[in-house]
Amino acid sequence: MMTLMINGLTHQLDADPDTPLLYVLRNDLKLNAAKFGCGLGQCGSCTVIVDGKAVLSCVTPLLLLEGKQVTTLEGLGTISEPAPIQRAFMEEQAAQCGYCIAGMMMRAQALLQKNSKPTDEEIRTELEQNLCRCGTHMRILRAVRRAARLMDTAELSPGNQGSVP
Amino acid sequence: MNAPVILDRRRVLMGGGALIVSFSLTAAFAQDQAAPVATPAPKPPGSLATTPYLDSWIRIDADGSITVFTGKAELGQGFKTAFQQIAAEELDAPFASLKVVTADTQLTANEGYTSGSHSMQDSGTAIQNVAAQVRGLLIAEAAKRLELPAENLRTEDGAVISPNGRRLSYGELVAADMLHVQAQANSRLKDPSTFKVMGQAVPRVDIPAKVTGGAAYVQDIRLPGMVHARIVRPPGYGAELIDCDTSTIEKMPGVVKVLRDGNFLAVVAGKEFLAVKAMNALAAAAKWKETARLPKQDDLANVLTKLPSQDSTIFERSNPAVVGRKTIEASYTRPYQSHGSIGPSCAVAQFTDGAMTVWTHTQGVYPDRQGIAQMLKMPPASVHLIHVEGSGCYGHNGADDAAADAALIAHAMPGVPVRVQWMREQEHAWEPYGPAMVTKLKASLDENGKIADWNFEVWSNTHSMRPGGAGCMLAAQHMAQPFAVPAAKPIPLPEGGGDRNAIPIYTFPNAHVVHHFIPEMPLRISAMRALGAYHNVFSIESFMDELAVAAGADPVEFRLRHLDDQRGREVIEKAALGFGWRKGQKAPSDRGFGFAFARYKNLAAYCAVASEVEVNRETGRPRLVRAVAAVDSGQVVNPDGLINQIEGAIVQSMSWTLYESVTFDDTRITSIDWQTYPILRFDAVPDSIDVQIINRPGQPFLGSGETGQGPAAASIANAIADATGKRLRNLPLTRKRIKDAIDA
Amino acid sequence: MLVGSQKLSGRMKRSAIIGGILAALCVGGAAAAFALAWRPTIAAIDPPTPLSFDAGLVKRGRELAAIGNCGDCHTVRGARNFAGGLPVPTPFGTVYSSNITPDPETGIGRWSEAAFRRAMRSGVGRDGTHLYPTFPYDHFTNVSDEDDRALYAFLMTREPVRAPARENQLAFPLDYRVLIAGWKLLFLHRGSYRPDSTKSAEWNRGAYLVEGLAHCGACHTPRNALGAERASASFAGGDVDNWQAYPINAQSSSPVPWDAQALFSYLRDGWHPDHGTARGPMAQVVSNLSSAPSSDVRAIAVYMADVLGTPTPDRKRQGEAALAQAKSGAAPAPQADAVGASIYAAACASCHEGGRPPPYGGINLGLSTAIASPDPRNLANIVLSGVRPLEGERSPIMPGFAASMSDTQIAALLNFLRTRFGNQVPWNGVEKTVEDARRTQTVFLQTSAGPRNAPPDASQRDKP
Repeated sequence: MMTLMINGLTHQLDADPDTPLLYVLRNDLKLNAAKFGCGLGQCGSCTVIVDGKAVLSCVTPLLLLEGKQVTTLEGLGTISEPAPIQRAFMEEQAAQCGYCIAGMMMRAQALLQKNSKPTDEEIRTELEQNLCRCGTHMRILRAVRRAARLMDTAELSPGNQGSVP
Repeated sequence: MNAPVILDRRRVLMGGGALIVSFSLTAAFAQDQAAPVATPAPKPPGSLATTPYLDSWIRIDADGSITVFTGKAELGQGFKTAFQQIAAEELDAPFASLKVVTADTQLTANEGYTSGSHSMQDSGTAIQNVAAQVRGLLIAEAAKRLELPAENLRTEDGAVISPNGRRLSYGELVAADMLHVQAQANSRLKDPSTFKVMGQAVPRVDIPAKVTGGAAYVQDIRLPGMVHARIVRPPGYGAELIDCDTSTIEKMPGVVKVLRDGNFLAVVAGKEFLAVKAMNALAAAAKWKETARLPKQDDLANVLTKLPSQDSTIFERSNPAVVGRKTIEASYTRPYQSHGSIGPSCAVAQFTDGAMTVWTHTQGVYPDRQGIAQMLKMPPASVHLIHVEGSGCYGHNGADDAAADAALIAHAMPGVPVRVQWMREQEHAWEPYGPAMVTKLKASLDENGKIADWNFEVWSNTHSMRPGGAGCMLAAQHMAQPFAVPAAKPIPLPEGGGDRNAIPIYTFPNAHVVHHFIPEMPLRISAMRALGAYHNVFSIESFMDELAVAAGADPVEFRLRHLDDQRGREVIEKAALGFGWRKGQKAPSDRGFGFAFARYKNLAAYCAVASEVEVNRETGRPRLVRAVAAVDSGQVVNPDGLINQIEGAIVQSMSWTLYESVTFDDTRITSIDWQTYPILRFDAVPDSIDVQIINRPGQPFLGSGETGQGPAAASIANAIADATGKRLRNLPLTRKRIKDAIDA
Repeated sequence: MLVGSQKLSGRMKRSAIIGGILAALCVGGAAAAFALAWRPTIAAIDPPTPLSFDAGLVKRGRELAAIGNCGDCHTVRGARNFAGGLPVPTPFGTVYSSNITPDPETGIGRWSEAAFRRAMRSGVGRDGTHLYPTFPYDHFTNVSDEDDRALYAFLMTREPVRAPARENQLAFPLDYRVLIAGWKLLFLHRGSYRPDSTKSAEWNRGAYLVEGLAHCGACHTPRNALGAERASASFAGGDVDNWQAYPINAQSSSPVPWDAQALFSYLRDGWHPDHGTARGPMAQVVSNLSSAPSSDVRAIAVYMADVLGTPTPDRKRQGEAALAQAKSGAAPAPQADAVGASIYAAACASCHEGGRPPPYGGINLGLSTAIASPDPRNLANIVLSGVRPLEGERSPIMPGFAASMSDTQIAALLNFLRTRFGNQVPWNGVEKTVEDARRTQTVFLQTSAGPRNAPPDASQRDKP
């Protein structure tokens, strides 16, 4: 039995401590956003946020997560109440197949939480760990820049932050 | 229009034409195969030719909700949204009141594969015509009920409206089998100038779920009692399983079943990670006999051109009066390249009461069903394939194989839903690659700097080994009673496979084009975005630049000099203008400008790409700085969707062109992950990509999903040549190759 | 893993260099030092056209520049080649590398070959100013006239870039370049390499390169209090930007002893199955060596194998045992940190025990020098930051664990690895090492090509 804090809730999980977080998120908690891409920490589609930092959930065993806060894309917002990063990706239509997008958004979210006004180079450097095959890169960059602006605006109106719990 | 009126249960008259009422009383939406059609002349457009019943495409419920059915699979191209726009437009129904159902062997038309940029042409055209005809039927029905002439009625917001404002909603008007009639050859389509939904950048309907963690992919399917399977594939093609002690694996915690059928080896567990662990243990326990049968990678061009080939001259033009003065020749090569889907292939299957259901991201539910049914020796009618989106595939990746894997395992575990997902290494090692190709070109210039004669030869495998039978699927190949891989067939022209876009769009007085079709396939190959057009356009458009240099001509002007196609000329001119292309211009130091153009398949969308590339002279590192593209894909349905496709094509083609090749030794594929098969990462993404559209209202939809691949590749290659003064002819144009060329 | 880089050697030398200058001051007195320090200007020339250089000579120069790693220091990551401006921060201020493109105003366009040779030989600029020993002329002084000519031809045919020198930010009195003369008096032993006639031509070629242009000792030799390499401890290991440059003499701690063949393939390809992959600052060095002539790389390997020496029978046996164990995959698990063991099993073993050979499979950790070394820093650096991919090239990738593991968890892992695979006494204070590494390290692990519009003060180097 493992206890994990995910999207602000405590979960008791019947999983071995060596299980990568990704499998628990997808199967035990039925969260769709984090994706299996390589299982090797090479592509970033499984990216989630742990204590404010972007983490590759496919190479992060549960035993590293005791007492830490895990946030997935589902924890940021919903279709009806999207977080700024989600709104930005919708407004920029920043997806084709979309398989990599949740991971991209989580890495971008982690970046924006620590650096609200990243330069274009900082965004590119940060996203370098995440692969996209459809070639949606230009839109992803635009969406992250838009998210930065939206989060900036959101900060002015309290209660609408959509950031990690 | 004057087809004979055949009356059966009811006569429906509309305008001057007639509707052929069906004799069929089968369930309205089961379209196992296209029913034989009483040949109306002329043929109805798009996929209506094979699936003529209106209710195969559009269904209206009494509550007014409208469902559009397409036999094509949404792969991230965004056509689901485009189809919804088309239907909403021609039906005059609110966009949000429509729903689009994609490929499903129990619900939708058999539209074969979703490939070749055909979705808009085939399915989109069908839906547009059906929607227009359905609207006509609804108006006719309203006219009957209101006892008014149809011409006096108009439609708006899902209802027919009379001159005095009386409103009959579609839901009220539609009767049980009213739409179960065959389409006419001609439809009264709307005047494009009145379009309200078509031509608008309507936001994609699938994106909200994808950016909020909604269930969007086959990977997200979770059925009650579902188990997780993993396959242990052989280490290489043709390897045979000699020994495998499965007893310890069967005892591993959580393991439900170990399945061995010849060289097919799989393990099933209740929990996914336990299945992965058991798969590793099973792989370690399996002993294989391998055969060294792969060709020498370093010598691939030689190997390919020496294989037996079926040669055909596919284009010939002769004008002995025009004679060349200056001849140049060149050969270009392309390696095997990988689709490289970010998510490994996945499928869920369940075998219940003698019926098999498979949820799959295949591009062809009907052909794939055929193969699975054959493999399991089941009647096709007992196999139900449902398309669910997967990770982008860009052609024939492991999707169909994963579907077969899941079906084979589920067949052995009746009642239990089985989910199979491939591992990264399996997707990379076992997917059918885009084939390696060789082209040889030779051309002469006349005294005016025009091309006098043109010779083009291409060597290639087929570009489609898509399932239609079991022999195309790994599971069936690996079974104890294996199905043989069927003989490869070339894809016939005008679309072509290895010879796709081999015939130049330019007008040359003398031209000779030969296709050397190679039946033998040293590596597993199949369809990859643009098929042979990627390499043929890369070759032709690189060579056009080489000829332009020899003629001392500007590359853009040189192309226009040889192009009669007016729409093509406009696309070239628009891209050049957008880029700021000027004759005789010089790129900034260490940079180069490149230009390329093609019309995909010589019959689909036109695309021209101008690019600026920077090359680091010391390291050889190339960087696409910016690209400007112009595209003409006929009537535009969703401009943003089209831009997204072309942007993506340029970026993906850049990755193929600069970085990518499948590697192998004599027994195994060695490019099996992102370390060994590197693709574009964000550090090399260009500063900007600008896509400009030439809209052609009222013109047919021209498929555009693949039109960018070839022009982007050649444009980048031409820019590298401009920057370095060195012509690179072997793909990929790697940093090392560029550096070696500069240093040479 | 070998670790080395001449730029970093400059950083490493920072305090020692300054100490040396002060010492020179004391020894000679200011006036004497000034007399000693004066060097004439060498007349400016009209920049020669690139076509005036023989293409063969330029090609030779390119190969030599790769061996000398020139571009690494003289190019800011992502900026123009050889245009200088790379900052070398020191506690006393910052020294910037110079523009060595043939730009007449801001580069070396007006330098004659004689001026270039003097700079290489004795660290003096064309105008007679002394160059800070960040530029490793204590090694370059060994380079032959012929090779200097080739290097000159190579540099003078590069793209000229207008990039004015950035002002060094050094505190008084260190901003007085005359003081450098004192340091040279003590530590610069001018002259060309003298061959050892008892050794083979290949050995001599290797020695010439290693001691001269390749300046391996700049990183791999420890330095004395005055910042000079300790002759008595040649190649005994150095310290580079919080990386350990491993000892590459008899004190080498690699589990399997090096030989010439292993060194050759490591230096050429960047990895070797028995030794792993070059990382940290050494990654750049092997990347450059991949474009140097294989005969020169082989010569370097032959010479360094001699420096490393013939392993003792004991060490040889240990090496064979480590290899055998790595191949069999089975090893007795000694009592070790339980937390570390479970982290290893869950996060590391799937790759490192996956049976896939390096460079893509993760080295068997029983063969890892980072674990066998007395200094845990390199291991901490790798675990924290992983190995990032090279743009568009086949290259190993390892995810970093900085975001998912705490210092305590990494320390537990490191301690476990040391006990389990190191066959050595435990490390002390590992958690502190990890803390320091986390604070300072990440940037130097960058091996991917840099941002294109890098800010002028970017401290990262261009790759590839």
